[in-house]
Amino acid sequence: MTTTADTGAPRLSMRTRRALWVWGFLALPLLFYGVIRFYPTLDAFWLSLTNANPGNLRRGPEFIWFDNYLRLFTSRDFWQVFRNTFAYLILGTPISLVLSFVIAYYLDKLRFGHTFLRALYFLPFLTTASAMGWVWRWFYQPAPTGIINSALGAMGIPGLDFLRSTTWALPSIMVTAIWAGLGFQIIIFMAGLRAIPQSYYEAAHIDGLGAGAILRRITLPLLKPTTVFLVVFSSIGFLRIFDQVYNMTTNDPGGPLGSTKPLVLLIYQTAFQSYQMGYASAMTVVLFTVLLVISLLQLWILRDRG
Amino acid sequence: MSAADIAPPLPKGRIRPGRILTWTLVFIGGVIMVTPILFMFSTSLKTSGQIYDLRLIPARPTLDNYIKVLADGRFLRWFVNSMIVAVAVTVSSVFFDSLVGYTLAKFRFRGRMFVFLAILSTLMIPTEMLVIPWYLMSANFGWLDSYWGIAFPGMMTAFGTFLMKQFFETVPDDFLEAARIDGLNEFTIWWKVAMPLVTPAISALAIFAFLGNWTAFFWPLIVTTSKELYTLPVGLTSFAVEQSIQWEMIMTGAALATIPTLVVFLALQKFIVRGVMLAGLKG
Repeated sequence: MTTTADTGAPRLSMRTRRALWVWGFLALPLLFYGVIRFYPTLDAFWLSLTNANPGNLRRGPEFIWFDNYLRLFTSRDFWQVFRNTFAYLILGTPISLVLSFVIAYYLDKLRFGHTFLRALYFLPFLTTASAMGWVWRWFYQPAPTGIINSALGAMGIPGLDFLRSTTWALPSIMVTAIWAGLGFQIIIFMAGLRAIPQSYYEAAHIDGLGAGAILRRITLPLLKPTTVFLVVFSSIGFLRIFDQVYNMTTNDPGGPLGSTKPLVLLIYQTAFQSYQMGYASAMTVVLFTVLLVISLLQLWILRDRG
Repeated sequence: MSAADIAPPLPKGRIRPGRILTWTLVFIGGVIMVTPILFMFSTSLKTSGQIYDLRLIPARPTLDNYIKVLADGRFLRWFVNSMIVAVAVTVSSVFFDSLVGYTLAKFRFRGRMFVFLAILSTLMIPTEMLVIPWYLMSANFGWLDSYWGIAFPGMMTAFGTFLMKQFFETVPDDFLEAARIDGLNEFTIWWKVAMPLVTPAISALAIFAFLGNWTAFFWPLIVTTSKELYTLPVGLTSFAVEQSIQWEMIMTGAALATIPTLVVFLALQKFIVRGVMLAGLKG
Protein backbone atom coordinates (compact mmCIF):
# COMPACT_ATOMS: atom_id res chain seq x y z
CA MET A 1 0.00 0.00 0.00
CA THR A 2 1.31 3.47 -0.84
CA THR A 3 -0.09 6.92 -0.37
CA THR A 4 -1.16 8.41 -3.65
CA ALA A 5 -3.38 11.00 -2.02
CA ASP A 6 -0.66 13.50 -1.15
CA THR A 7 0.81 13.79 -4.61
CA GLY A 8 -2.44 15.01 -6.13
CA ALA A 9 -3.06 18.71 -6.71
CA PRO A 10 -5.72 19.45 -4.07
CA ARG A 11 -4.03 18.41 -0.85
CA LEU A 12 -6.39 16.58 1.45
CA SER A 13 -6.60 17.76 4.99
CA MET A 14 -4.92 15.73 7.70
CA ARG A 15 -8.32 14.69 9.04
CA THR A 16 -9.61 13.46 5.73
CA ARG A 17 -6.44 11.57 5.02
CA ARG A 18 -6.57 9.88 8.41
CA ALA A 19 -10.23 8.94 7.82
CA LEU A 20 -9.32 7.46 4.44
CA TRP A 21 -6.71 5.28 6.12
CA VAL A 22 -9.12 4.18 8.82
CA TRP A 23 -11.82 3.10 6.43
CA GLY A 24 -9.22 1.61 4.14
CA PHE A 25 -8.03 -0.57 7.01
CA LEU A 26 -11.58 -1.48 7.95
CA ALA A 27 -13.04 -2.05 4.49
CA LEU A 28 -12.17 -5.72 4.06
CA PRO A 29 -12.87 -6.64 7.70
CA LEU A 30 -16.28 -4.96 7.60
CA LEU A 31 -17.11 -6.85 4.43
CA PHE A 32 -16.00 -10.05 6.12
CA TYR A 33 -18.04 -9.50 9.27
CA GLY A 34 -21.04 -8.54 7.21
CA VAL A 35 -20.94 -11.49 4.85
CA ILE A 36 -19.48 -14.24 7.07
CA ARG A 37 -20.98 -13.30 10.45
CA PHE A 38 -24.01 -11.00 10.31
CA TYR A 39 -25.69 -12.21 7.16
CA PRO A 40 -25.46 -15.90 8.24
CA THR A 41 -26.84 -15.00 11.67
CA LEU A 42 -29.89 -13.36 10.16
CA ASP A 43 -30.13 -16.19 7.66
CA ALA A 44 -30.21 -18.74 10.50
CA PHE A 45 -33.14 -16.91 12.12
CA TRP A 46 -34.94 -16.74 8.81
CA LEU A 47 -34.25 -20.37 7.89
CA SER A 48 -35.66 -21.43 11.26
CA LEU A 49 -39.03 -20.09 10.09
CA THR A 50 -38.97 -22.05 6.81
CA ASN A 51 -39.02 -25.62 5.62
CA ALA A 52 -35.63 -25.18 3.93
CA ASN A 53 -33.93 -28.27 2.51
CA PRO A 54 -31.44 -28.64 -0.35
CA GLY A 55 -34.31 -29.53 -2.72
CA ASN A 56 -36.34 -26.35 -2.31
CA LEU A 57 -33.53 -23.82 -1.92
CA ARG A 58 -33.43 -22.81 -5.58
CA ARG A 59 -37.15 -22.05 -5.71
CA GLY A 60 -37.02 -20.59 -2.24
CA PRO A 61 -38.27 -22.46 0.79
CA GLU A 62 -41.74 -21.94 2.18
CA PHE A 63 -42.30 -19.64 5.13
CA ILE A 64 -43.99 -21.72 7.81
CA TRP A 65 -44.06 -19.35 10.78
CA PHE A 66 -43.20 -21.11 14.01
CA ASP A 67 -43.95 -24.66 12.90
CA ASN A 68 -40.34 -25.75 13.39
CA TYR A 69 -40.35 -24.49 16.95
CA LEU A 70 -43.71 -26.13 17.67
CA ARG A 71 -42.43 -29.36 16.26
CA LEU A 72 -39.25 -29.00 18.28
CA PHE A 73 -40.92 -28.36 21.59
CA THR A 74 -43.29 -31.27 21.14
CA SER A 75 -40.56 -33.66 19.99
CA ARG A 76 -39.44 -36.30 22.45
CA ASP A 77 -36.07 -36.58 20.71
CA PHE A 78 -35.45 -32.91 21.24
CA TRP A 79 -36.24 -33.03 24.95
CA GLN A 80 -34.07 -36.08 25.43
CA VAL A 81 -31.21 -34.26 23.72
CA PHE A 82 -31.90 -31.16 25.75
CA ARG A 83 -31.74 -33.21 28.98
CA ASN A 84 -28.52 -34.89 27.83
CA THR A 85 -26.92 -31.55 27.01
CA PHE A 86 -27.75 -30.18 30.44
CA ALA A 87 -26.55 -33.40 32.06
CA TYR A 88 -23.13 -32.78 30.50
CA LEU A 89 -23.26 -29.22 31.77
CA ILE A 90 -24.60 -29.83 35.27
CA LEU A 91 -22.23 -32.70 36.03
CA GLY A 92 -19.27 -31.55 34.00
CA THR A 93 -18.92 -27.92 35.00
CA PRO A 94 -18.83 -28.35 38.82
CA ILE A 95 -16.64 -31.44 38.68
CA SER A 96 -14.12 -29.90 36.31
CA LEU A 97 -14.05 -26.61 38.24
CA VAL A 98 -13.52 -28.18 41.64
CA LEU A 99 -10.83 -30.49 40.27
CA SER A 100 -9.01 -27.74 38.43
CA PHE A 101 -9.16 -25.37 41.38
CA VAL A 102 -7.79 -27.94 43.83
CA ILE A 103 -4.99 -28.87 41.44
CA ALA A 104 -4.16 -25.24 40.64
CA TYR A 105 -4.20 -24.33 44.33
CA TYR A 106 -1.66 -26.98 45.24
CA LEU A 107 0.37 -26.87 42.04
CA ASP A 108 0.81 -23.14 42.55
CA LYS A 109 2.55 -23.77 45.87
CA LEU A 110 5.03 -26.26 44.46
CA ARG A 111 8.35 -24.97 43.27
CA PHE A 112 10.24 -28.18 42.64
CA GLY A 113 9.58 -29.43 39.13
CA HIS A 114 6.82 -26.86 38.70
CA THR A 115 7.13 -26.55 34.91
CA PHE A 116 7.22 -30.31 34.52
CA LEU A 117 4.14 -30.91 36.70
CA ARG A 118 2.27 -28.16 34.92
CA ALA A 119 3.17 -29.69 31.57
CA LEU A 120 1.67 -33.03 32.65
CA TYR A 121 -1.68 -31.37 33.37
CA PHE A 122 -1.62 -29.08 30.38
CA LEU A 123 -0.66 -31.67 27.75
CA PRO A 124 -4.16 -33.13 27.20
CA PHE A 125 -5.48 -29.66 26.34
CA LEU A 126 -3.34 -29.67 23.21
CA THR A 127 -4.50 -33.01 21.89
CA THR A 128 -7.03 -33.40 19.13
CA ALA A 129 -10.47 -34.30 20.48
CA SER A 130 -11.12 -36.79 17.68
CA ALA A 131 -7.87 -38.65 18.39
CA MET A 132 -8.39 -38.73 22.13
CA GLY A 133 -12.02 -39.72 21.75
CA TRP A 134 -10.78 -42.94 20.19
CA VAL A 135 -8.16 -43.50 22.87
CA TRP A 136 -10.77 -43.19 25.62
CA ARG A 137 -13.16 -45.32 23.64
CA TRP A 138 -10.53 -48.01 23.64
CA PHE A 139 -9.98 -47.56 27.41
CA TYR A 140 -13.70 -48.13 27.99
CA GLN A 141 -13.93 -51.39 26.00
CA PRO A 142 -14.87 -54.59 27.84
CA ALA A 143 -12.01 -56.79 29.08
CA PRO A 144 -9.58 -57.93 27.79
CA THR A 145 -9.36 -55.00 25.33
CA GLY A 146 -10.13 -52.07 27.58
CA ILE A 147 -7.68 -51.02 30.23
CA ILE A 148 -10.23 -49.88 32.77
CA ASN A 149 -12.22 -53.09 32.69
CA SER A 150 -9.04 -55.17 32.73
CA ALA A 151 -7.85 -53.30 35.81
CA LEU A 152 -11.24 -53.73 37.50
CA GLY A 153 -11.18 -57.42 36.62
CA ALA A 154 -7.72 -57.84 38.11
CA MET A 155 -9.04 -56.39 41.36
CA GLY A 156 -11.99 -58.76 41.27
CA ILE A 157 -14.54 -56.04 40.54
CA PRO A 158 -17.09 -56.90 37.84
CA GLY A 159 -16.54 -54.75 34.74
CA LEU A 160 -18.92 -52.42 32.97
CA ASP A 161 -19.58 -52.01 29.28
CA PHE A 162 -19.28 -48.27 29.73
CA LEU A 163 -20.18 -47.05 26.26
CA ARG A 164 -23.03 -49.52 25.71
CA SER A 165 -24.84 -48.69 28.92
CA THR A 166 -27.55 -46.04 28.71
CA THR A 167 -26.67 -45.03 32.27
CA TRP A 168 -22.90 -44.93 32.05
CA ALA A 169 -22.18 -43.88 28.49
CA LEU A 170 -22.89 -40.19 29.09
CA PRO A 171 -20.74 -39.88 32.25
CA SER A 172 -17.98 -41.84 30.50
CA ILE A 173 -17.91 -39.42 27.58
CA MET A 174 -18.13 -36.51 29.99
CA VAL A 175 -14.98 -37.74 31.75
CA THR A 176 -13.16 -37.54 28.42
CA ALA A 177 -14.35 -33.98 27.91
CA ILE A 178 -13.38 -32.96 31.45
CA TRP A 179 -9.97 -34.53 30.96
CA ALA A 180 -9.44 -32.60 27.73
CA GLY A 181 -10.37 -29.23 29.22
CA LEU A 182 -8.82 -29.52 32.68
CA GLY A 183 -5.36 -28.22 31.76
CA PHE A 184 -6.76 -24.98 30.40
CA GLN A 185 -8.82 -24.36 33.54
CA ILE A 186 -5.84 -25.10 35.78
CA ILE A 187 -3.69 -22.57 33.92
CA ILE A 188 -6.39 -19.91 34.15
CA PHE A 189 -6.90 -20.56 37.86
CA MET A 190 -3.15 -20.29 38.42
CA ALA A 191 -3.09 -16.99 36.54
CA GLY A 192 -5.92 -15.81 38.79
CA LEU A 193 -4.06 -16.94 41.91
CA ARG A 194 -0.91 -15.09 40.78
CA ALA A 195 -2.89 -11.90 40.28
CA ILE A 196 -3.76 -11.73 43.99
CA PRO A 197 -1.25 -9.32 45.56
CA GLN A 198 1.19 -11.04 47.88
CA SER A 199 0.70 -8.29 50.48
CA TYR A 200 -2.82 -9.59 51.23
CA TYR A 201 -1.37 -12.92 52.27
CA GLU A 202 1.35 -11.27 54.33
CA ALA A 203 -1.24 -9.18 56.14
CA ALA A 204 -3.31 -12.28 56.80
CA HIS A 205 -0.26 -14.05 58.20
CA ILE A 206 0.42 -11.16 60.52
CA ASP A 207 -3.20 -11.30 61.67
CA GLY A 208 -2.61 -14.97 62.41
CA LEU A 209 -5.15 -16.42 59.97
CA GLY A 210 -4.81 -20.13 59.23
CA ALA A 211 -4.58 -21.63 55.75
CA GLY A 212 -8.30 -22.44 55.70
CA ALA A 213 -9.31 -18.94 56.71
CA ILE A 214 -6.99 -17.39 54.14
CA LEU A 215 -8.53 -19.58 51.46
CA ARG A 216 -12.08 -18.66 52.47
CA ARG A 217 -11.61 -14.96 53.18
CA ILE A 218 -8.94 -13.92 50.69
CA THR A 219 -8.26 -16.40 47.92
CA LEU A 220 -11.79 -17.42 46.97
CA PRO A 221 -13.41 -13.94 47.08
CA LEU A 222 -10.58 -12.37 45.10
CA LEU A 223 -10.72 -15.21 42.62
CA LYS A 224 -14.38 -14.59 41.84
CA PRO A 225 -13.90 -13.01 38.38
CA THR A 226 -11.69 -15.93 37.32
CA THR A 227 -14.16 -18.44 38.68
CA VAL A 228 -17.11 -16.81 36.96
CA PHE A 229 -15.20 -16.66 33.69
CA LEU A 230 -14.38 -20.37 33.95
CA VAL A 231 -17.93 -21.35 34.93
CA VAL A 232 -19.22 -19.60 31.83
CA PHE A 233 -16.43 -20.86 29.59
CA SER A 234 -16.86 -24.42 30.79
CA SER A 235 -20.67 -24.29 30.60
CA ILE A 236 -20.51 -23.04 27.03
CA GLY A 237 -18.05 -25.81 26.22
CA PHE A 238 -20.34 -28.50 27.59
CA LEU A 239 -23.42 -27.03 25.90
CA ARG A 240 -21.53 -27.26 22.60
CA ILE A 241 -20.03 -30.70 23.17
CA PHE A 242 -19.75 -32.63 19.92
CA ASP A 243 -16.28 -33.94 18.97
CA GLN A 244 -15.94 -36.43 21.82
CA VAL A 245 -19.49 -37.76 21.52
CA TYR A 246 -19.28 -38.12 17.77
CA ASN A 247 -15.97 -40.00 17.88
CA MET A 248 -16.82 -42.23 20.83
CA THR A 249 -20.15 -43.39 19.37
CA THR A 250 -19.55 -43.51 15.60
CA ASN A 251 -21.36 -46.86 15.22
CA ASP A 252 -24.56 -45.23 16.53
CA PRO A 253 -23.88 -41.50 16.94
CA GLY A 254 -25.28 -40.28 20.22
CA GLY A 255 -26.22 -43.80 21.27
CA PRO A 256 -26.96 -46.15 22.88
CA LEU A 257 -30.63 -45.20 22.36
CA GLY A 258 -29.75 -41.52 22.08
CA SER A 259 -28.61 -41.49 25.70
CA THR A 260 -25.42 -39.54 24.98
CA LYS A 261 -26.67 -37.33 22.16
CA PRO A 262 -26.08 -33.61 22.75
CA LEU A 263 -27.89 -30.80 20.96
CA VAL A 264 -25.07 -30.11 18.51
CA LEU A 265 -25.04 -33.71 17.34
CA LEU A 266 -28.79 -33.59 16.75
CA ILE A 267 -28.28 -30.34 14.82
CA TYR A 268 -25.58 -32.01 12.72
CA GLN A 269 -27.73 -35.03 11.94
CA THR A 270 -30.85 -33.00 11.22
CA ALA A 271 -29.08 -30.52 8.96
CA PHE A 272 -26.49 -32.65 7.19
CA GLN A 273 -27.85 -36.19 7.27
CA SER A 274 -31.61 -35.75 6.96
CA TYR A 275 -31.15 -32.31 5.33
CA GLN A 276 -33.97 -30.62 7.24
CA MET A 277 -32.15 -27.34 7.37
CA GLY A 278 -35.05 -25.20 8.50
CA TYR A 279 -35.81 -27.49 11.40
CA ALA A 280 -32.11 -27.71 12.34
CA SER A 281 -31.86 -23.91 12.20
CA ALA A 282 -34.60 -23.67 14.79
CA MET A 283 -32.46 -25.87 17.04
CA THR A 284 -29.46 -23.61 16.53
CA VAL A 285 -31.60 -20.64 17.54
CA VAL A 286 -32.48 -22.47 20.76
CA LEU A 287 -28.77 -23.15 21.38
CA PHE A 288 -27.98 -19.50 20.70
CA THR A 289 -30.65 -18.38 23.18
CA VAL A 290 -29.33 -20.65 25.93
CA LEU A 291 -25.74 -19.47 25.37
CA LEU A 292 -26.88 -15.84 25.34
CA VAL A 293 -28.68 -16.24 28.66
CA ILE A 294 -25.56 -17.75 30.22
CA SER A 295 -23.34 -14.93 28.93
CA LEU A 296 -25.77 -12.31 30.21
CA LEU A 297 -25.83 -14.04 33.59
CA GLN A 298 -22.05 -13.68 33.69
CA LEU A 299 -22.28 -9.96 33.00
CA TRP A 300 -24.97 -9.63 35.67
CA ILE A 301 -22.95 -11.51 38.29
CA LEU A 302 -19.86 -9.41 37.58
CA ARG A 303 -21.77 -6.10 37.31
CA ASP A 304 -20.49 -4.72 40.64
CA ARG A 305 -16.91 -4.96 39.41
CA GLY A 306 -17.45 -1.68 37.58
CA MET B 1 12.10 -15.44 29.86
CA SER B 2 12.80 -18.26 32.25
CA ALA B 3 10.34 -20.61 33.86
CA ALA B 4 11.01 -18.77 37.10
CA ASP B 5 9.05 -15.70 36.15
CA ILE B 6 5.94 -17.76 35.61
CA ALA B 7 6.48 -19.81 38.76
CA PRO B 8 5.08 -18.40 41.98
CA PRO B 9 7.21 -16.36 44.32
CA LEU B 10 7.46 -18.47 47.44
CA PRO B 11 9.15 -17.92 50.72
CA LYS B 12 12.21 -20.15 50.78
CA GLY B 13 11.80 -22.62 53.56
CA ARG B 14 12.64 -25.99 54.87
CA ILE B 15 11.27 -29.02 53.13
CA ARG B 16 8.26 -30.04 55.15
CA PRO B 17 6.64 -33.47 55.09
CA GLY B 18 3.33 -31.90 54.10
CA ARG B 19 4.91 -30.43 51.02
CA ILE B 20 6.37 -33.77 50.00
CA LEU B 21 2.93 -35.35 50.33
CA THR B 22 1.37 -32.55 48.26
CA TRP B 23 4.06 -32.93 45.64
CA THR B 24 3.50 -36.67 45.43
CA LEU B 25 -0.28 -36.31 45.08
CA VAL B 26 0.02 -33.60 42.43
CA PHE B 27 2.55 -35.75 40.60
CA ILE B 28 0.28 -38.81 40.67
CA GLY B 29 -2.57 -36.69 39.34
CA GLY B 30 -0.33 -35.47 36.55
CA VAL B 31 0.66 -39.00 35.65
CA ILE B 32 -3.02 -39.96 35.46
CA MET B 33 -3.57 -37.01 33.11
CA VAL B 34 -0.95 -38.20 30.62
CA THR B 35 -1.83 -41.90 30.92
CA PRO B 36 -4.15 -41.90 27.88
CA ILE B 37 -1.44 -40.27 25.79
CA LEU B 38 1.21 -42.72 26.99
CA PHE B 39 -0.98 -45.74 26.29
CA MET B 40 -1.84 -44.41 22.88
CA PHE B 41 1.85 -44.34 21.97
CA SER B 42 2.51 -47.65 23.70
CA THR B 43 -0.21 -49.47 21.79
CA SER B 44 0.82 -47.90 18.51
CA LEU B 45 4.14 -49.71 18.97
CA LYS B 46 2.55 -53.13 19.55
CA THR B 47 1.49 -55.79 17.07
CA SER B 48 -2.15 -56.86 16.95
CA GLY B 49 -1.19 -59.97 18.92
CA GLN B 50 0.23 -57.90 21.75
CA ILE B 51 -2.54 -55.43 22.38
CA TYR B 52 -4.11 -57.47 25.17
CA ASP B 53 -0.78 -57.23 26.97
CA LEU B 54 -1.49 -54.01 28.80
CA ARG B 55 2.06 -53.26 29.88
CA LEU B 56 3.02 -49.69 29.16
CA ILE B 57 6.41 -50.58 27.68
CA PRO B 58 5.79 -52.97 24.78
CA ALA B 59 7.70 -56.27 25.01
CA ARG B 60 8.92 -55.94 21.41
CA PRO B 61 8.23 -52.41 20.18
CA THR B 62 7.80 -52.14 16.42
CA LEU B 63 7.19 -49.33 13.97
CA ASP B 64 5.26 -51.65 11.61
CA ASN B 65 1.93 -49.95 12.35
CA TYR B 66 3.33 -46.58 11.42
CA ILE B 67 4.73 -47.96 8.18
CA LYS B 68 1.36 -49.54 7.36
CA VAL B 69 -0.65 -46.43 8.24
CA LEU B 70 1.65 -44.08 6.35
CA ALA B 71 2.08 -46.39 3.35
CA ASP B 72 -0.94 -45.26 1.33
CA GLY B 73 -0.14 -41.57 1.82
CA ARG B 74 -3.56 -40.66 3.19
CA PHE B 75 -2.25 -39.38 6.50
CA LEU B 76 0.40 -37.35 4.75
CA ARG B 77 -2.26 -35.79 2.58
CA TRP B 78 -4.47 -34.95 5.58
CA PHE B 79 -1.45 -33.60 7.41
CA VAL B 80 -0.67 -31.31 4.48
CA ASN B 81 -4.32 -30.22 4.24
CA SER B 82 -4.43 -29.36 7.94
CA MET B 83 -1.15 -27.52 7.66
CA ILE B 84 -2.25 -25.43 4.67
CA VAL B 85 -5.55 -24.48 6.27
CA ALA B 86 -4.15 -23.81 9.75
CA VAL B 87 -1.25 -21.71 8.46
CA ALA B 88 -3.44 -19.70 6.07
CA VAL B 89 -6.04 -19.00 8.72
CA THR B 90 -3.41 -18.11 11.31
CA VAL B 91 -1.62 -15.67 9.03
CA SER B 92 -4.87 -14.08 7.93
CA SER B 93 -6.37 -13.71 11.40
CA VAL B 94 -3.15 -12.39 12.93
CA PHE B 95 -2.88 -9.82 10.14
CA PHE B 96 -6.47 -8.62 10.12
CA ASP B 97 -7.20 -8.92 13.84
CA SER B 98 -4.11 -6.83 14.56
CA LEU B 99 -4.98 -4.29 11.91
CA VAL B 100 -8.55 -3.88 13.12
CA GLY B 101 -7.52 -3.96 16.79
CA TYR B 102 -4.95 -1.26 16.08
CA THR B 103 -7.40 0.90 14.17
CA LEU B 104 -9.95 0.69 16.96
CA ALA B 105 -7.37 1.38 19.65
CA LYS B 106 -5.39 4.18 18.05
CA PHE B 107 -7.72 6.21 15.85
CA ARG B 108 -10.61 8.42 16.90
CA PHE B 109 -13.22 8.45 14.17
CA ARG B 110 -16.97 8.58 13.72
CA GLY B 111 -18.48 5.13 14.06
CA ARG B 112 -15.56 3.71 16.00
CA MET B 113 -17.68 2.53 18.91
CA PHE B 114 -20.27 1.13 16.54
CA VAL B 115 -17.68 -0.92 14.63
CA PHE B 116 -16.16 -2.16 17.87
CA LEU B 117 -19.48 -3.24 19.36
CA ALA B 118 -20.58 -4.83 16.09
CA ILE B 119 -17.45 -6.97 15.95
CA LEU B 120 -17.61 -7.76 19.65
CA SER B 121 -21.24 -8.82 19.38
CA THR B 122 -20.29 -11.62 16.98
CA LEU B 123 -18.64 -13.35 19.95
CA MET B 124 -22.14 -14.13 21.16
CA ILE B 125 -22.99 -16.11 18.04
CA PRO B 126 -22.04 -19.77 18.28
CA THR B 127 -20.44 -21.42 15.24
CA GLU B 128 -23.21 -24.02 15.29
CA MET B 129 -25.72 -21.36 14.37
CA LEU B 130 -23.67 -20.25 11.39
CA VAL B 131 -22.75 -23.59 9.85
CA ILE B 132 -26.04 -24.12 8.02
CA PRO B 133 -25.94 -20.69 6.30
CA TRP B 134 -22.21 -21.18 5.65
CA TYR B 135 -22.92 -24.54 4.09
CA LEU B 136 -25.64 -23.14 1.84
CA MET B 137 -23.39 -20.22 0.93
CA SER B 138 -20.53 -22.59 0.15
CA ALA B 139 -22.81 -24.76 -1.97
CA ASN B 140 -23.90 -21.67 -3.92
CA PHE B 141 -20.40 -20.38 -4.56
CA GLY B 142 -18.80 -23.79 -5.10
CA TRP B 143 -16.73 -23.60 -1.95
CA LEU B 144 -17.66 -27.06 -0.70
CA ASP B 145 -14.76 -29.46 -0.64
CA SER B 146 -12.05 -26.83 -1.03
CA TYR B 147 -9.34 -25.34 1.16
CA TRP B 148 -11.05 -21.98 0.99
CA GLY B 149 -14.28 -23.60 2.14
CA ILE B 150 -12.60 -25.03 5.23
CA ALA B 151 -10.69 -21.83 5.95
CA PHE B 152 -13.01 -18.91 5.27
CA PRO B 153 -14.97 -18.81 8.56
CA GLY B 154 -11.81 -18.25 10.62
CA MET B 155 -10.03 -15.68 8.47
CA MET B 156 -10.82 -12.96 11.02
CA THR B 157 -11.92 -13.37 14.62
CA ALA B 158 -13.63 -11.09 17.09
CA PHE B 159 -11.64 -12.64 19.92
CA GLY B 160 -8.33 -11.80 18.27
CA THR B 161 -9.47 -8.28 17.41
CA PHE B 162 -10.48 -7.67 21.01
CA LEU B 163 -7.21 -9.12 22.34
CA MET B 164 -5.08 -7.02 19.99
CA LYS B 165 -7.07 -3.86 20.71
CA GLN B 166 -6.35 -4.31 24.42
CA PHE B 167 -2.65 -4.57 23.71
CA PHE B 168 -2.42 -1.73 21.22
CA GLU B 169 -4.02 0.54 23.80
CA THR B 170 -0.86 0.17 25.89
CA VAL B 171 1.33 1.47 23.03
CA PRO B 172 2.15 5.16 23.71
CA ASP B 173 0.78 7.61 21.15
CA ASP B 174 4.10 9.50 21.16
CA PHE B 175 5.76 6.66 19.27
CA LEU B 176 3.19 6.85 16.53
CA GLU B 177 3.28 10.65 16.40
CA ALA B 178 7.06 10.58 16.07
CA ALA B 179 6.72 8.21 13.14
CA ARG B 180 4.11 10.48 11.56
CA ILE B 181 6.46 13.46 11.84
CA ASP B 182 9.10 11.34 10.13
CA GLY B 183 6.67 11.08 7.25
CA LEU B 184 5.79 7.41 7.47
CA ASN B 185 2.38 6.47 6.14
CA GLU B 186 -0.23 4.97 8.44
CA PHE B 187 0.18 1.44 7.18
CA THR B 188 3.94 1.54 7.70
CA ILE B 189 3.47 3.02 11.16
CA TRP B 190 1.22 0.11 12.10
CA TRP B 191 3.39 -2.55 10.53
CA LYS B 192 6.86 -1.24 11.38
CA VAL B 193 6.32 0.73 14.59
CA ALA B 194 3.27 -0.58 16.44
CA MET B 195 3.39 -4.30 15.60
CA PRO B 196 6.90 -4.93 16.98
CA LEU B 197 5.75 -3.47 20.32
CA VAL B 198 3.08 -6.14 20.84
CA THR B 199 4.92 -9.30 19.84
CA PRO B 200 3.86 -11.26 22.96
CA ALA B 201 0.22 -10.70 22.05
CA ILE B 202 0.89 -11.61 18.42
CA SER B 203 2.55 -14.86 19.38
CA ALA B 204 -0.28 -15.71 21.78
CA LEU B 205 -2.86 -15.03 19.09
CA ALA B 206 -0.90 -16.99 16.48
CA ILE B 207 -0.58 -20.02 18.75
CA PHE B 208 -4.29 -19.94 19.56
CA ALA B 209 -5.34 -19.56 15.97
CA PHE B 210 -3.05 -22.36 14.86
CA LEU B 211 -4.02 -24.86 17.56
CA GLY B 212 -7.70 -24.00 17.24
CA ASN B 213 -7.67 -24.64 13.52
CA TRP B 214 -5.37 -27.63 13.69
CA THR B 215 -7.76 -29.45 16.01
CA ALA B 216 -10.99 -28.10 14.46
CA PHE B 217 -13.47 -30.83 13.72
CA PHE B 218 -17.07 -29.67 13.33
CA TRP B 219 -16.89 -27.37 10.31
CA PRO B 220 -14.26 -29.39 8.37
CA LEU B 221 -16.47 -32.46 8.89
CA ILE B 222 -19.39 -30.61 7.33
CA VAL B 223 -17.68 -28.84 4.47
CA THR B 224 -15.48 -31.66 3.16
CA THR B 225 -16.91 -34.70 1.44
CA SER B 226 -14.01 -36.17 -0.49
CA LYS B 227 -11.29 -37.93 1.47
CA GLU B 228 -8.55 -36.01 -0.36
CA LEU B 229 -9.73 -32.79 1.25
CA TYR B 230 -10.15 -34.04 4.82
CA THR B 231 -8.17 -32.35 7.55
CA LEU B 232 -6.23 -34.56 9.94
CA PRO B 233 -8.92 -34.82 12.67
CA VAL B 234 -11.67 -35.63 10.17
CA GLY B 235 -9.41 -38.01 8.27
CA LEU B 236 -8.52 -39.77 11.49
CA THR B 237 -12.19 -40.34 12.30
CA SER B 238 -12.85 -41.87 8.89
CA PHE B 239 -9.72 -43.99 9.22
CA ALA B 240 -10.68 -45.20 12.71
CA VAL B 241 -14.22 -46.09 11.62
CA GLU B 242 -12.79 -48.11 8.75
CA GLN B 243 -10.34 -49.96 11.05
CA SER B 244 -13.23 -51.07 13.29
CA ILE B 245 -11.60 -52.95 16.16
CA GLN B 246 -7.97 -52.90 15.08
CA TRP B 247 -7.04 -50.79 18.03
CA GLU B 248 -3.30 -50.78 17.40
CA MET B 249 -3.93 -49.21 14.00
CA ILE B 250 -6.39 -46.69 15.43
CA MET B 251 -3.89 -45.76 18.15
CA THR B 252 -1.23 -45.28 15.51
CA GLY B 253 -3.50 -42.94 13.59
CA ALA B 254 -4.37 -41.08 16.79
CA ALA B 255 -0.66 -40.81 17.63
CA LEU B 256 0.09 -39.39 14.19
CA ALA B 257 -2.64 -36.78 14.68
CA THR B 258 -1.27 -35.91 18.12
CA ILE B 259 2.48 -35.77 17.44
CA PRO B 260 2.49 -32.38 15.66
CA THR B 261 0.77 -30.55 18.52
CA LEU B 262 2.99 -32.27 21.07
CA VAL B 263 6.08 -31.13 19.19
CA VAL B 264 4.74 -27.59 19.03
CA PHE B 265 3.97 -27.75 22.74
CA LEU B 266 7.36 -29.03 23.80
CA ALA B 267 9.03 -26.33 21.73
CA LEU B 268 6.79 -23.48 22.85
CA GLN B 269 5.49 -24.47 26.27
CA LYS B 270 6.37 -21.17 27.93
CA PHE B 271 4.74 -19.12 25.20
CA ILE B 272 1.63 -21.25 25.14
CA VAL B 273 1.10 -21.15 28.88
CA ARG B 274 1.77 -17.42 28.96
CA GLY B 275 -0.54 -16.94 26.00
CA VAL B 276 -3.36 -18.84 27.69
CA MET B 277 -2.89 -16.80 30.87
CA LEU B 278 -2.75 -13.56 28.91
CA ALA B 279 -5.84 -14.31 26.88
CA GLY B 280 -7.71 -15.69 29.86
CA LEU B 281 -7.10 -12.58 31.90
CA LYS B 282 -7.79 -10.09 29.15
CA GLY B 283 -10.61 -11.95 27.50
